[in-house]
Amino acid sequence: MFEQLSDKLNGVFKNLRGHGTLTEDNIKESMREVRRALLEADVNFQVAKDFVKKVQERAVGTEVLKSLNPGEQVIKVVHDVMVETLGSVASELADSKKKPTRILIVGLQGSGKTTFTAKLGFHLRKRRKKTALLAACDVYRPAAMDQLGSLGKQIDIPVHIEKGETDAVGIAKRALEVAETKGHDYLLIDTAGRLHIDEELMDELARIKSELKPHQIVLVLDGMTGQDAISVAESFHEKLGVDGLVLTKMDGDARGGAALSIRSVTGIPILFIGTGETPNMLDVFHPDRLAQRILGMGDVVSLVEKAQEEVSEEEAMQLEERMRKETFSLEDFAGQLKKIRKMGPLTELVKMIPGLSKQLPSDFQIDEKQLTRVEAIIQSMTPLERNRPDVIDSSRRRRIAKGSGTSGSDVKKLIKDFLAMRKMMGQMSRMSPKDMMKMARR
Amino acid sequence: MKSLFKKIKDGFKKTQSVVSEGIQQVLTRGGKIDEDLYEELEAVLLRGDVGPATTYYLLDELRARVKKDKLESPVELRDAMREIMESILRQGRDESDPLGPSGHASGRRVVMLVGVNGVGKTTTLAKLVKRVQDDGRTPIIAASDTFRAAASEQLEVWADRLGVHLVKSERGADPGAVAFDGIKAGEARNADVVFIDTAGRLQTQSNLMEELSKIHRVCGKAMDDAPHEVLLVLDATIGQNAISQAKVFSEAVPVSGIVLAKLDGTSKGGVILAISHELKIPVRFVGVGEKAEDLLEFDPKLFADGLIGEIAEAPAG
Ligand SMILES: Nc1nc2c(ncn2[C@@H]2O[C@H](COP(=O)(O)OP(=O)(O)OP(=O)(O)O)[C@@H](O)[C@H]2O)c(=O)[nH]1
Ligand SMILES: Nc1nc2c(ncn2[C@@H]2O[C@H](COP(=O)(O)OP(=O)(O)OP(=O)(O)O)[C@@H](O)[C@H]2O)c(=O)[nH]1
Ligand SMILES: [Mg+2]
Ligand SMILES: [Mg+2]
Repeated sequence: MFEQLSDKLNGVFKNLRGHGTLTEDNIKESMREVRRALLEADVNFQVAKDFVKKVQERAVGTEVLKSLNPGEQVIKVVHDVMVETLGSVASELADSKKKPTRILIVGLQGSGKTTFTAKLGFHLRKRRKKTALLAACDVYRPAAMDQLGSLGKQIDIPVHIEKGETDAVGIAKRALEVAETKGHDYLLIDTAGRLHIDEELMDELARIKSELKPHQIVLVLDGMTGQDAISVAESFHEKLGVDGLVLTKMDGDARGGAALSIRSVTGIPILFIGTGETPNMLDVFHPDRLAQRILGMGDVVSLVEKAQEEVSEEEAMQLEERMRKETFSLEDFAGQLKKIRKMGPLTELVKMIPGLSKQLPSDFQIDEKQLTRVEAIIQSMTPLERNRPDVIDSSRRRRIAKGSGTSGSDVKKLIKDFLAMRKMMGQMSRMSPKDMMKMARR
Repeated sequence: MKSLFKKIKDGFKKTQSVVSEGIQQVLTRGGKIDEDLYEELEAVLLRGDVGPATTYYLLDELRARVKKDKLESPVELRDAMREIMESILRQGRDESDPLGPSGHASGRRVVMLVGVNGVGKTTTLAKLVKRVQDDGRTPIIAASDTFRAAASEQLEVWADRLGVHLVKSERGADPGAVAFDGIKAGEARNADVVFIDTAGRLQTQSNLMEELSKIHRVCGKAMDDAPHEVLLVLDATIGQNAISQAKVFSEAVPVSGIVLAKLDGTSKGGVILAISHELKIPVRFVGVGEKAEDLLEFDPKLFADGLIGEIAEAPAG
């Protein structure tokens, strides 16, 4: 997707190289492409229109930086405007002085409410050291209470269940009493899925609200939602006053444009992103990451900027050649590693790679100490060993280990990993960009 | 009881409201067929989740028709649009009955339901079970979602309500084995249709998609040619991701039809045009509620009529 947008933008601007500023005409043409990309990401039609207008105003007359081509320049403006729209400050979960903080969880059928209820309980305990009681107030869906009960058991968080009870408001009230007596920090209320146009069921939520006086009402929305997202959010908002949005199932390849629509029309802040089915798969919302995702890009802009500072074009070509032929040596590897590490923490860099960022678990970390050790090992090798790691026998290995303050098995593992990596890089660099995108998406 | 026709009409009403009202407005505003008009139509279609690719295709076709048939006033566009939409919706369709007897000697049909998380697979399965029962035939269910919390309990409630036999296993069991047992139980009980519920999975999870292919293969081991039908359930409120879902699921298993669930909740559903256009997989049923009877057979003509916003009255009776 990003490939497409950036290709198209580059096409629009191909006659522009060397000119100082973007003109009104080529901006206009590029805006059509931006609009289409937004629509493909399920951004609401009207929101996309307004958004493009804003971008256009800002982009006209912008200096074309030497390091970036105009296409990327436009993407950068789009990206910046998007981050602003999504909300530059992180929104917080309510935290009431008087226990328990009551959170009411609402949304359409199958959006992920029950799963989110469990995830939030888990998040509160793990990240904030707070206790929670989960309340099973879905009296309609077959086995809805069993589902929450089973999730609660799995993460060892108590669930208030009244099987067979048909009055959701009553269950919520009694759950509150339990939470008060037991002194829980939070009460998380799971409710049945309902259509925003179903007045009877919307009334049920209004009654729970007036009885329980929740501190926060959270709307759980499927990240794949289409053009209807705004009317859904507006209906819930009108009826209940929604305080926060959760976007689920974002571990897939949905772009999540619905969030941009809702945020810009209703102003409801986005709180969390659901990234999997298990209770630990919950991310705190980051506007910049979501913006990049809606645009279908990693943080390419800054990655390109950073890479250009470090590697000359000629050098890059030589490296590419060696990767393809699998003659890339440990010497090359150490050189690259040094340059890359100069660009910033590797964990952050990896997250900027398009297609890769969303595949990584939220707690993904590269051990920088480990990298220092790798550098030390390579430094302790002779030039011959660096170019032909196959000559390294056990006595050479002992020497290298000693020189780098590591163990023989560390050295062995590094060489093994390096050879595997070289092979993979060779395969990858022989692939077409299309195949690579495909692979990255998996 | 409401006539079936009325029910279908109501079911498609929501879809009509946004797209059809929009189209209606554009086509009846008078004036000429000009660029402004195409732009307005484009907006209506995009707002209805038809998606950019299919919207532009549709408008190109429309322009060609205008030229060929020398159409001059906007109202004349209505029939042309309806026809173009209907022909998009008819792509890939045949007259086979997705729940009818299979080609197997026993006539038993194995139907597998697949799709991403929470779209309505399990509920759709219950609705299909009821449909088969209403036909005087015997269904049986295999609960192959052994992953999600309380997935088999959910099916158990449905099985009790509908009075149908359920084959299940404990959580975490091999889903293929449950499908196998379900088909064998169908044989032993001489059931007419074996329904296999599967766990929701996002199409990007390649290991889970591989698991799905495996369940599919295991069905073939339990019975020749099984499953005879693989229904992909899509959520009507979903936008352009539905296309990626249809594509990737079709790569993992031979998807033979689509069920569009939750059409009662959306004023759109236009994404179905995009799917028909880009993937040519026939839509078989639409879900219009949470109860067992809330399922309609998909009719391309009625749906196109709904999208255009002018439904001929039901024939008497
Ligand atoms: N991949 C993925 N699946 C999710 C996520 N959140 C929820 N799910 C799955 O989506 C499906 C629906 O989730 P539920 O939590 O049951 O949704 P719900 O909103 O409670 O549904 P109803 O109560 O029927 O309205 C289940 O299969 C969940 O496992 C997520 O972030 N990623
Ligand atoms: N309004 C409406 N709700 C529906 C329809 N079909 C299913 N639902 C509801 O959507 C929610 C999810 O349905 P399920 O059948 O559990 O979905 P699923 O695809 O089996 O979900 P997983 O197994 O968790 O992936 C439930 O609350 C259903 O009652 C429909 O046609 N209309
Ligand atoms: Mg639920
Ligand atoms: Mg299910």
